[in-house]
Amino acid sequence: MQDINTNEYLAPGHRACSGCGATIAVRLALKALGKNTVAVSATGCLEVVTSPYPESAWEIPWMHVAFENASAVASGVEEALKAQGKEDTNVVVFGGDGGTTDIGLQSLSGAMERQQNIIYICYDNEAYMNTGIQRSSSTPFGASTTTSPAGKKSFGEDKPKKNMAMIMAAHGIPYVATACVAYPQDLMMKVEKASKIKGPAYIHVLQPCATGWGYDPSKTIELGKLAVKSYSWILYEIDHGNLNITEKPTKIPVEDYLKVQKRFRHLDDTHIEMIQEFVDQQSRELGLIEDE
Amino acid sequence: MVVKVISSAEAISEAVKRARPSVIPVYPITPQTKISEKLADYVADGDLDAHYIRVESEHSAMSAAMGAAGTGVRVFTATSSQGLAYMHEPVFAAAGMRLPIVMADANRALSSPINIWNDQQDSITERDAGWIQLYAETGQEAFDTVLQAYKIAENPEISLPTMVCVDGFILTHTVDPVDLLSQEEVDTFLPKFEIVNACLDPEKPMSLGALADENYYFEARYAVEEALEKSKAVIEEVGKEFGDKFGRYYGLLEEYKSEDADIILIAMGSICGTIKDVIDEQRDMGKKIGLVRIRAYRPFPKEALREAVGDAKLGVIDKDISFSAGGAVYLDTKASVDNQTTGFIIGLGGRDVTPKDIVEIIEKTENPEKEIEWIGLKEE
Repeated sequence: MQDINTNEYLAPGHRACSGCGATIAVRLALKALGKNTVAVSATGCLEVVTSPYPESAWEIPWMHVAFENASAVASGVEEALKAQGKEDTNVVVFGGDGGTTDIGLQSLSGAMERQQNIIYICYDNEAYMNTGIQRSSSTPFGASTTTSPAGKKSFGEDKPKKNMAMIMAAHGIPYVATACVAYPQDLMMKVEKASKIKGPAYIHVLQPCATGWGYDPSKTIELGKLAVKSYSWILYEIDHGNLNITEKPTKIPVEDYLKVQKRFRHLDDTHIEMIQEFVDQQSRELGLIEDE
Repeated sequence: MVVKVISSAEAISEAVKRARPSVIPVYPITPQTKISEKLADYVADGDLDAHYIRVESEHSAMSAAMGAAGTGVRVFTATSSQGLAYMHEPVFAAAGMRLPIVMADANRALSSPINIWNDQQDSITERDAGWIQLYAETGQEAFDTVLQAYKIAENPEISLPTMVCVDGFILTHTVDPVDLLSQEEVDTFLPKFEIVNACLDPEKPMSLGALADENYYFEARYAVEEALEKSKAVIEEVGKEFGDKFGRYYGLLEEYKSEDADIILIAMGSICGTIKDVIDEQRDMGKKIGLVRIRAYRPFPKEALREAVGDAKLGVIDKDISFSAGGAVYLDTKASVDNQTTGFIIGLGGRDVTPKDIVEIIEKTENPEKEIEWIGLKEE
């Protein structure tokens, strides 16, 4: 059991939906980073619920400019802090899956390639939740969203989820990890590690979203556990090129994860089998299960 | 006094070096690149102690400039044409967030057709962003204006980003004698950067870039309007202080032989050099022609313009076009004065503007046939 920072840097009373996974991710990450931190947000759920003027939930300095440029803003912050002799201050970025895997990919890639000393945390709820559950490139196969709705001819999203963590790993940055809000100690361990590494770090956090996924808001942590236990979301880190699986639960069928969410409720057995195959394939690639 | 024969691009870089920004995020685009290349040389040689960020786009150049300015340091960036259009979104945000960024724009045409040569459509298109926009006529003025831009932008009463506009190629790539003030001289005019507003400091946490709903947005926008109005006096004061120190005076606009003129041309940027030559010739022939050169396009110097033009007939020259309405400077002039006013579109995409064209403009200002004339179009 690690010592957990009892200070809060994201104040309660923000306007997130009940059961919001994004604010859990931010709260935990900031506990790991501590007070000497500057945060930058991309436009999205997090920015909207934490910063309605004249209120702010941020107990640390925070800046938001636009949707696609958080990594560039953070680059400017980092260089300015260096110019002020404040090399020790953490610079953390929070972007949703749309702001990270779609519209923000270019500026993120630039910042990583330049080896900016920033920690980028993607809070992934697998669609554009702030604008009303539209499909992003991080939406998983089979999910029904408002722009990839299941219908008479469609079974919902027909492309697999973009593998963002591996795209970041291909930048050759010192630290890449996946995490999930249902595994807080694992998440905080990874953020802390990222803050101690010189150079860029990328952490992709799966955070269930009651509003977008369609489940009871009290079940956010449970959903996160099901995602990891079904190997739909695998927790690992790539520390200076070395892959390390950080959570190896006993595997449950992917159906157990899918059936409790409204976004997958329309899927038939064929689609569920296809998803199981995707999941198994990814588990094999990461060496989590043996080749059959 | 050190006079060097250099391009405006180099003059701007020399001025930036003396302003000592801490962070310079830039992305290459013709004809701006000569500025960022020079700055890269200074940093590489240790002549300028700045963090130079080689960003992956102009959108990121402005975004990184905002992050750095928000953290509380002096910043510089430069762009041109498509680059400025690409950073349109954070350009607006920088003014709303009141970040005193200084940016040079090497004025260049916008696509399409793609064209790398000069007109002023790029910066004119950003006129509503809330930035101060200053247009230089010469390399000397470009050098002097960069230094003044920091002083204006960083004035606590103003705290607005400022764009220094120079005609691409015509100024950026041609050489002129420029009096390069020494670092010591510049230091007596432009003090070290001081944090005027909020900044990102873990000791004093603040939130920048918050969401403002209909209860607050309107007032935030009005605050920009007020600051831009106030900047008129500051631009005049700073221009006068610069003149008192170094002998070259600047203001919102320059009046050239306009006092007793029957016909006054209104224009911005390097074309004013040609116009002044034509005016001299016309004066020799006994014609009372003058020029009012707009130096500050934003804030638009309505009052000063009204004062300067008397009841002369006006010919307004634009290197830009708001299609179906007229040139931007023409439209702003029409909104400011009641004089007989004719608009002229010239030089788009680098079309050469000759003294003969200026004479034609003078004639058509005296005896207008149309509200808006395109001068220098090929027939057929």
